[in-house]
Amino acid sequence: MSLADYARQHGLKRVGARPEFLEYLAQAWSRRDFAFTLSLFANQAANARNRLGRWWVLLLPTIQAMVYGLIFGIIMGSSRPDNFIPFLFTGVFLFSYFAGSFQSGASSVTGNVGLVRSLSFPRMLLPISAVMRQFFNLLPQLGLLLVALVLFQQDITWGWLALFPILFLMTMFAFGLAMVAARLTVHIQDLTKIIPFMVRVVFYTSGIFFSMERVLGDFPIVLQIMQFNPAYAFIELSRGALIEGHEMTGFLWAVCSSWAVGALLLGVLFFWKAEERYGRED
Amino acid sequence: MAAKTKAMTETRKPVVVVDDVRITYKVFAGGRRATRGAAGGGLFSKRVGLREVHAIKGVSFTIFEGESIGVIGSNGSGKSSLMRAIAGLTPVTKGAVYSSARPTLLGVGAVLMPNLSGEKNILLGGLAMGFSRPQMVESTKAITEFAGLEEFIDLPMRTYSSGMSARLRFAIAASRDHDILIVDEALAVGDQEFRNRSEARMREMRDNAGTLFLVSHSLKSILDTCTRVLWIEKGELIMDGEPKAVVDAYNEHTGSSTID
Repeated sequence: MSLADYARQHGLKRVGARPEFLEYLAQAWSRRDFAFTLSLFANQAANARNRLGRWWVLLLPTIQAMVYGLIFGIIMGSSRPDNFIPFLFTGVFLFSYFAGSFQSGASSVTGNVGLVRSLSFPRMLLPISAVMRQFFNLLPQLGLLLVALVLFQQDITWGWLALFPILFLMTMFAFGLAMVAARLTVHIQDLTKIIPFMVRVVFYTSGIFFSMERVLGDFPIVLQIMQFNPAYAFIELSRGALIEGHEMTGFLWAVCSSWAVGALLLGVLFFWKAEERYGRED
Repeated sequence: MAAKTKAMTETRKPVVVVDDVRITYKVFAGGRRATRGAAGGGLFSKRVGLREVHAIKGVSFTIFEGESIGVIGSNGSGKSSLMRAIAGLTPVTKGAVYSSARPTLLGVGAVLMPNLSGEKNILLGGLAMGFSRPQMVESTKAITEFAGLEEFIDLPMRTYSSGMSARLRFAIAASRDHDILIVDEALAVGDQEFRNRSEARMREMRDNAGTLFLVSHSLKSILDTCTRVLWIEKGELIMDGEPKAVVDAYNEHTGSSTID
């Protein structure tokens, strides 16, 4: 009788074996408090050594928005989109949610080697925690955005409520994105060098600070294709909810929902497949 | 006490079965590990210039209920690699480890979050081990006292000495009974008083039907705590048996090799 048979006969299980998919999800769910606490604490730890501490969560996006507003406002001149400040803030803040999720998701496993090597828990909690952290950072930015909206549009509409389902879809998408990025960087560390450029390219091509319709007005086919760009679709949908002159079309809802569900499914499956791989040193 | 004969293996219940485990690390010829920042090989030629290091070369043994295992061997013999594999933290290259419950490893240098206070690390470590928040809130005080860090528990862990953080980590892990606990040199930096306290705690856990692995260079701790000793050298299991016999053989080996 081989040792493996002997072990199985006595009801022993292989250590480190990847659990069944549903069991894995259940394990992750039962330790959700760990992901939540880790994201809160990671934020605190990141700001612990700064004098202004957590005020940076609000200060940083304000400075960022002012810089972007000034620079793009001047560069764009008369071709600025209408309602420029709310338009820009929506774009910059929501895009930073995706970019942050992608970037911190990418380093969530490789950057937490200490945790991975000393404790056993479903590794999926690391990219999830990275996205939660970005979400907590997004909240004060959203507050800032709503203040800007009131100042510039002087109007509060029912459409704002659509922000809740939109944020829900965005978070699903961000989870998927972070999990895919987390596994890819485990296989190819070099990706961490490329990711900032990928983020830049998407930033410049997703209509964050310019109106896609105006720039691509002469190329209807390209414009059609760009509608499927998730960053653009989610931001445009949010603008539809918040800004006068933008609409939440059924088409945008369909595109965003598909991206959200698709990315989350793909991300979870893709990440789970390599569960046994995380923490190995090669 | 030690399981030497096949006949004895039939009667007791196995807890951990290590079946022909091999662990191979791929290391750059320059000596740097193939991890973050060392990927000089480029995107597609990652294996160029890599050297394979066989940390564990086919080790098999079976651990039974109620045993506590001492693991000895010189530095770099593969003890820690083997322990991490048993805990499921380092995937094995070949073979497999089977266990009745998920082993918990307590190793060196595994600071959770250096910028956070000891108290927050207690909570985080406990949640990661699968305990609930109320459970951890309840046991935080006991953990702090066991570690003897009442005055420093609100300071960031980066300000702790290596002995202090080792004490805190042991206290977190030892706050609950584990079915299988692996203590890998985690007590080496602690002072004598703490070592006595933690050895008492380990014996208590062993008596509560827990299985204990103790990796240590202190042969005295091993003899005091363990009922069976494994001697690992250069990735191979040299000897496995009754503590006194294995420790004596090990002493003879190290004694003669240092004189030469």
